[in-house]
Amino acid sequence: MAADLFYFLVFPGLLFVGITGGFLSWFDRKVTARVQFRKGPPVLQPFYDFFKLLLVKETILPKHGSPVTFLLAPVFSVFGATMAGVFILLPLFNITTGFRGDLIVVFYLLTIPSFSYIIGALASGNPLAAVGGSREVKLILSYELTFLLVITGIIMKCGQQFEIDSIIKVQQASSPFIGSVSGVLLFVVAIFCIQAKLALVPFDMPEAETEITEGIFIEYSGTAYAFIKLTKYIMLFILPSLIVAVLLGGFRLDGINILWSMLKVLGIVLLLTLIRNTNPRIRIKQAVRFFIIWMNLIAVIALVLITFGY
Amino acid sequence: MSRKTLIPIGPYHPLQEEPELFKLYCDGEIVRDIQWVTGYNHRSIEKLSESKTYEQVFFLVERICGICSTSHPFAFANAVEEIAGIEPTDRAKYIRSIIGELERIHSHLLWVGLAGHFLGYNTVFMWAWKYREPVLDLFEMITGNRNSYAMFRVGGVRRDIETDKIVAIRKILTDVKTKTDLLTGAVMDDPVIHSRLKGVGILTKQDVLDYGAVGPTARASGVAIDVRKDDPYAAYPLVDWKVITAQEGDVFAKAEVRLLEMYESISIIEQCLKGLEKEKEGDILVKVNEIPEGIGNGRAEAPRGEVFHFVMSDGSNSPARHKIRAPSYVNIATFKKSCVGQTIADATITLAGVDPCYCCTERMAVVYDVHSGEKIMNARELIDKSIRRSQDIMEELKKSK
Repeated sequence: MAADLFYFLVFPGLLFVGITGGFLSWFDRKVTARVQFRKGPPVLQPFYDFFKLLLVKETILPKHGSPVTFLLAPVFSVFGATMAGVFILLPLFNITTGFRGDLIVVFYLLTIPSFSYIIGALASGNPLAAVGGSREVKLILSYELTFLLVITGIIMKCGQQFEIDSIIKVQQASSPFIGSVSGVLLFVVAIFCIQAKLALVPFDMPEAETEITEGIFIEYSGTAYAFIKLTKYIMLFILPSLIVAVLLGGFRLDGINILWSMLKVLGIVLLLTLIRNTNPRIRIKQAVRFFIIWMNLIAVIALVLITFGY
Repeated sequence: MSRKTLIPIGPYHPLQEEPELFKLYCDGEIVRDIQWVTGYNHRSIEKLSESKTYEQVFFLVERICGICSTSHPFAFANAVEEIAGIEPTDRAKYIRSIIGELERIHSHLLWVGLAGHFLGYNTVFMWAWKYREPVLDLFEMITGNRNSYAMFRVGGVRRDIETDKIVAIRKILTDVKTKTDLLTGAVMDDPVIHSRLKGVGILTKQDVLDYGAVGPTARASGVAIDVRKDDPYAAYPLVDWKVITAQEGDVFAKAEVRLLEMYESISIIEQCLKGLEKEKEGDILVKVNEIPEGIGNGRAEAPRGEVFHFVMSDGSNSPARHKIRAPSYVNIATFKKSCVGQTIADATITLAGVDPCYCCTERMAVVYDVHSGEKIMNARELIDKSIRRSQDIMEELKKSK
């Protein structure tokens, strides 16, 4: 019990993913700034942002809406993201819990932040938040199936194992899954899925600053918004980690390989950042078509290739 | 009949820097109706202008808009010079055109950047604004100011462009041209931008004629309207250039027209610089002693379309009446055609597509009794009066036929 609490709150849970996520968020902002000929924020800026919101800024409640639901939604989102983080990172750091089928649990846990956002947005009673919420629902409906297909592909590739731990072991025994044709296809699809999960451009229409002024988050302020920021930091760390675990052969924690493991995560964050800086926001209709038709098609091709052993 | 949601854009909204309010009546994501409210930024420029001398009015009208801050003095100069019946020297004309075209380049670059920002494409935003910097530096070199250049006065310009500056201008222009090539390539060849902007906010040729739209908004719908060609002023008849048009009328066509217009502007400036070299240095001002009684109409092609200034003089040193019509005033009305039926995502970029400038657009009319100072007519009564007047004219026309 004490060990579980430690896992959840300190390592690899809340504290660890929060801090690492904060640094990755800085990395994302710094790269963005350099791409755009700007200077970029100092290293600790994400933490300044977080603590300012948490401790200094007042939390304003919308007049028309349900305050309890509105305030609980960010808490649930942090909880879901941290939980998913624990399940993803334990096997990556070689801590075995003996829990089988955690990949499926992670899949469900990763949807909790999105659902919390939607519930919180609808509880705020703001029309712009409602538009953002409906866009987020459409986005989830389009990318979740694709994401499930990616996970199916990975399970097929490692011989029907549902444990992230054994998936990593299989890859470390032979070679990372990305080394095959189907692996590359799965990687491409997975990158676009997490781009949408993180709501980064071109899939940021639930927030869409210049259209619906941050949409789902428009009414959030102060502590409640700090939790949402924290969720975003956590998601920016655990989603790339998941990709590293299931497609890039996980972490190796001896000597110089630690650096190599960190570079894998940084590389994926860099890729996400570059995608978001070289594309305009697309329409929600185009996003749905993109996932339902094109990404699903690629994922299915990858599944067929796996069946034939490529 | 489903219930419509009101999505407000404004009065303070990240889409536009200026205060304005667009009420989008939406059915889900589809905009079914649109209303707009301006009037947050009224500064009574026309009234102020009547209390200033002609020389001072230039500084006043320059501050109507920060982006197209030369078009208003340009049109005002044209109007006052029409009253006084003077013709500036060729050198002054060239300098005026150079300033006007440089302003078009910086304004269009600014729009391209903002359009990128509205689409969530912040890289284009930052790049376009970085490429705009050399143009502003050029302004600082020529006029002393990055913005609000204070170059115009009745009968000519305030500062000369000396021969040694011409070399520097040419050098920066070449630089701007390569950067524009890069930006045009990035925008015109990006398939995601194509899929996002093509077929969005279409304004047909008929819509443009119905609403009297001007500038790039009209030119993108195939209406070749440009004051520089239609009613030539300054050095535009002396140089060779063409009016850029596109046929589609969507936001992409508007972007295309603006991007290609920058090349025309660069070519105009280059020809003007050649013209400058032929003229005698320092010959930039015609002495004007007094403005006689009379009326003058001045027009100028701002980056957003036609700017119109009407000036009435009673022979004193300040205008008796000064009326301004800025391009955004007519262009904003086209939203009724271009936004309805679009999704919210497309409506916002359509709003930005005409490059609206709200502080140019603010209007106010008060009818009051001169003796008691009481207001005697409200807006509704004024509109009714105007409608009745139009009907009377129509009937008179019918009778005369």
